[in-house]
Amino acid sequence: MGVSPSPTVFEPVAQLQATPQGIYSKKKGQGMSNETPLWEVFIRPRNGLAHKHVGSLHAADEALALSAARDVYTRREEGTSIWAVRSDAIVASDPARAGQNFDPAEDKIYRHPTFYDIPEDVGHM
Amino acid sequence: MALYQALIELADDHLVLGQRLSEWCGHAPILEEDLALSNFALDVIGTARSLYAYAAEVEGKGRSEDDLAYLRSEREYLNCLLVERPNVDFAHTMLRQFYFASLMEPFWQAAVNSDDKVIAGIAGKAVKEMAYHIRHAGEWIVRLGDGTEESGARMRAAIVALHPYWEEMFTPCECDALPDRAALRSGWEANVKAVFAEAGLEWPEPVYGHVGGRKGEHSEVLGRMLSDMQYLQRAHPGATW
Repeated sequence: MGVSPSPTVFEPVAQLQATPQGIYSKKKGQGMSNETPLWEVFIRPRNGLAHKHVGSLHAADEALALSAARDVYTRREEGTSIWAVRSDAIVASDPARAGQNFDPAEDKIYRHPTFYDIPEDVGHM
Repeated sequence: MALYQALIELADDHLVLGQRLSEWCGHAPILEEDLALSNFALDVIGTARSLYAYAAEVEGKGRSEDDLAYLRSEREYLNCLLVERPNVDFAHTMLRQFYFASLMEPFWQAAVNSDDKVIAGIAGKAVKEMAYHIRHAGEWIVRLGDGTEESGARMRAAIVALHPYWEEMFTPCECDALPDRAALRSGWEANVKAVFAEAGLEWPEPVYGHVGGRKGEHSEVLGRMLSDMQYLQRAHPGATW
């Protein structure tokens, strides 16, 4: 293109590459709890059930997150499987938009399956 | 008595290490590791209980697991010196755990096939716990060794501090019901060195190895630890919950 990139744009990237430990080195010298990212933990209590959110924890990377989740959340035989997801990878809805998101469903009770009569022969659904 | 002595050696290893690990309770660098260290402690104390109970049965003098844990003096404790080494910092604690678990996992793995059904039962439970201890402690050795300047320096200091103590773990025991620890040494060294290589840590030159734990000759730190651990039973003999 012939246009040199502006040094101000690339400076932060160059700084990141200069630190071999990535996220650890950015805040070197601070307490570990300030450096380690937050993870959300999901546990599946039994085969056949869905993973359910149980809480969060701090861990430096994937392996330690799973290890910590095992130690913090499965001490009382709570689970048979663990998922851990970086908290910043979760997209959350804005509570300020709760009105526009959820209120319009209020007067549409016909969307509930209980609205329909189910023939007795069908049994429990 | 060979079996009794071998069981006491093993049980003392586990109890003393468990007591050391539980000293971390409330003091670990982060909450997640506080729970992990307490879990470690409870795993090895659980194994110690089973071993003491069996040792008491083998001895046949009517002593209980509590008598063996709380009413023996320092010179009667037969644990190896490694497990009584002070916690110092997180690096020392993780390295000590890694050394111990890296021996005990294959040890219990072999003991699963013991003709002695009690030992086989204890081994079946302990082998899974030790496999996890290796994994968790090993992850930290790699991260501390290959981490920041500070964490690398602490890991290297721990390696130097514990280097005179690992060899004693392989002192053979005269008992057919349990696996031969000496035979596990080369495998142990290979595994530890592989993790060190991944962590960018160097295996130090050989040094004079301290021994004596198996004969009841301990460093002074054990006495202080036992006075802490045994205080309640000594001050209020026979106290129960």
